[in-house]
Amino acid sequence: MTEEIIIAGFGGQGVLSMGKILAYSGVMQDQEVTWFPSYGPEMRGGTANVSVIISDERISSPILHEFDTAIILNQQSLDKFEKQVKPGGVLLYDPNGIVHPPTRKDINIYKVEGARLAAEMGNPKTFNMIVMGAYLKVKPIFPMEKVEKGLEKSLPERHHKLIPLNLEAIGVGQKNMETVHTV
Amino acid sequence: MGELRLMKGNEVIAEAAIRCGCDGYFGYPITPQSEVMETLMNRRPWDETGMVVLQAESEVASINMVYGAAGSGKKVMTSSSSPGISLMAEGISYLAGAELPCLIVNVQRGGPGLGTIQPSQADYFQATKGGGHGDYRLIVLAPASVQEMNDFVDLSFELAFKYRNPVMILSDGAIGQMMEKVELADYKPRWTDEEVKEISDSWAAIGKSPDREQNIITSLELESDRMERNNIRFQAKYQKIQENEVRFEAIDCDDADYVIVAFGSAARVCQKTIQLARAKGHKVGLLRPITLFPFPTEEIKKMAGHVKGFLSVEMNAGQMVEDVRLAVNGKVPVEYYGRMGGIIPSPDEVEKALEQKLIGG
Repeated sequence: MTEEIIIAGFGGQGVLSMGKILAYSGVMQDQEVTWFPSYGPEMRGGTANVSVIISDERISSPILHEFDTAIILNQQSLDKFEKQVKPGGVLLYDPNGIVHPPTRKDINIYKVEGARLAAEMGNPKTFNMIVMGAYLKVKPIFPMEKVEKGLEKSLPERHHKLIPLNLEAIGVGQKNMETVHTV
Repeated sequence: MGELRLMKGNEVIAEAAIRCGCDGYFGYPITPQSEVMETLMNRRPWDETGMVVLQAESEVASINMVYGAAGSGKKVMTSSSSPGISLMAEGISYLAGAELPCLIVNVQRGGPGLGTIQPSQADYFQATKGGGHGDYRLIVLAPASVQEMNDFVDLSFELAFKYRNPVMILSDGAIGQMMEKVELADYKPRWTDEEVKEISDSWAAIGKSPDREQNIITSLELESDRMERNNIRFQAKYQKIQENEVRFEAIDCDDADYVIVAFGSAARVCQKTIQLARAKGHKVGLLRPITLFPFPTEEIKKMAGHVKGFLSVEMNAGQMVEDVRLAVNGKVPVEYYGRMGGIIPSPDEVEKALEQKLIGG
C-alpha cells in the first residue's frame, strides 16, 4: 500500500499538523512515511500545504507532482491541486469559501463542512481533525487506535488533555462526510 | 533498536549532535536551516550533557568560535545555509589550514546571492572544490534522508578527528524541512578532559605538559619551504581520504545499460525515475555518491567499461557532471539534466530527459 496525499489550505488551519498526525499514525503501524511542507513566506498568512506519503515500502521521491488524495481547504488550493489528483483518485474539500467547486469527472469527490461543524462544536481549532475524520471515512488506512497513538506522539504532553476532544472531532468528521461524485 | 521518531532533517541534526557527545554549537539563524539551533535551544543540552549552544552575532563570528573551540580538541560544529556558508568561507579555509576537526552543516538554498529559500544543490563546487582560498579539501557527506542526517553527524566527527580535517554535511532545504521516520542513536557521553588529552594531546591547545613541545594552532607559515611541506602533508592526507573514505550507494546498477548519478534530494527523485524507466523496459541504475569528496571516481570508471552512458541529475546548472566526466574520461557519453532556482525536478521529467539525451539518441 502506498498513499500519496496533499493537504492544502490557509496558514493557521492546521494543515501541517493534520499531515503530521497522519504521518505519525503511519509510523505507529510500522509504515514508511514522509512529510514535506511548503515553507517560507507562504506560512505567514497565505496558503500552506504539505504532502504526506504513507507506504509499506521504502519511499523513493518525497516530492510529488500527482496525488492519490487531495484534501483541499480553500479556493486557491482547489485551483492548484484539482488537476494534480491521479485519475480515479480522491478529492475531499470543505465547501466553506469555495465559489468554483471541483469539476473533474474522472476522480472521486467528497466534501465535509469542517468550518461549520467546528463552530457548532464550539471550538474552531477542531476544524482540521473534523476534516481528517472525513478523510479517514473515505480511506480508512489506519484503525482508530493507531490514530490515537499518532495524536499522542504529535502533540506535546501539555496538550494531551485535548486528545479526547480531537477524537470527538474526528468522529464528527467521519459522520458528516458527504459523497459528491464517484467514478 | 534505538528510539523511533518522526522528525525534520534539521531537528535531527540537533538531536544527533547532543546524542553523539558534541561539546559546542555556534551558529546564526537562516532559512531553511533555522530549526537546527531552535531545536538545540529548546532541548537545553547545557543542562543535560553540558554542551554549549551559542547564537553568535554573525556567521563570521560563528565559524571563528568553531575555530577556537576546535583548537582545544573539542567536538564542535556550526550550521547554516548557502549565503551564510559563503560568509564562513574564510574561516573554513583557516580551519583546513590549521588542520582542525569540526562539523559544518550546509542546508542549501538556491543562489547566487540571497537567491531563494527553496532547496538547491548549487553549492557543490563550493563544498567540494574550495569555497575558501588555498589548496584544501573538506570531507563532504551528502545525506539523502532524515535517517542519514542523523547518522552522518556522528560519522562526521569520527572522520574529522581521524584526519584532523573539517567535515561538511551538504544537505538541502528539502531534507532539512522534511519529516521522516528516524531511529535515533543512543547517547554517547562527551569526552572528559582526560580523553581529550589522550586523543588530541599531539596537536590541541589543551595546556602544555613538561614532556612535550607546545602546540600552536595556526594556518600561518611565512617560510615558503615549510609552507610547501605543510601543503604536501595536506595533499597526502587528502590522497589517503580518497583511498579510504569513498562511500556510495548503487541501486540496480548490475545489469544497467544507463546509469543516473545523483546525490541528496535529487537521488531520491531519481530512485523513482529508475522505477519508471524499468517499467518501460529500459535497464537504468542509480549511483548515489554519499561522499562528494572523496568522489566515487573509481566506481564510475569501472562502470564506464560496461554501460552505454551516464546522466548526472542535479539541482543546479551542472556541477557534479564535471567530476563524472573526469571519471568516465570520454569512454561513453555523459549528459546532465537539472533544475535551478529552488525547483526540484519530477521523476517523470528526469525519465523524459534520460530518453531524449541518452536512450533515444
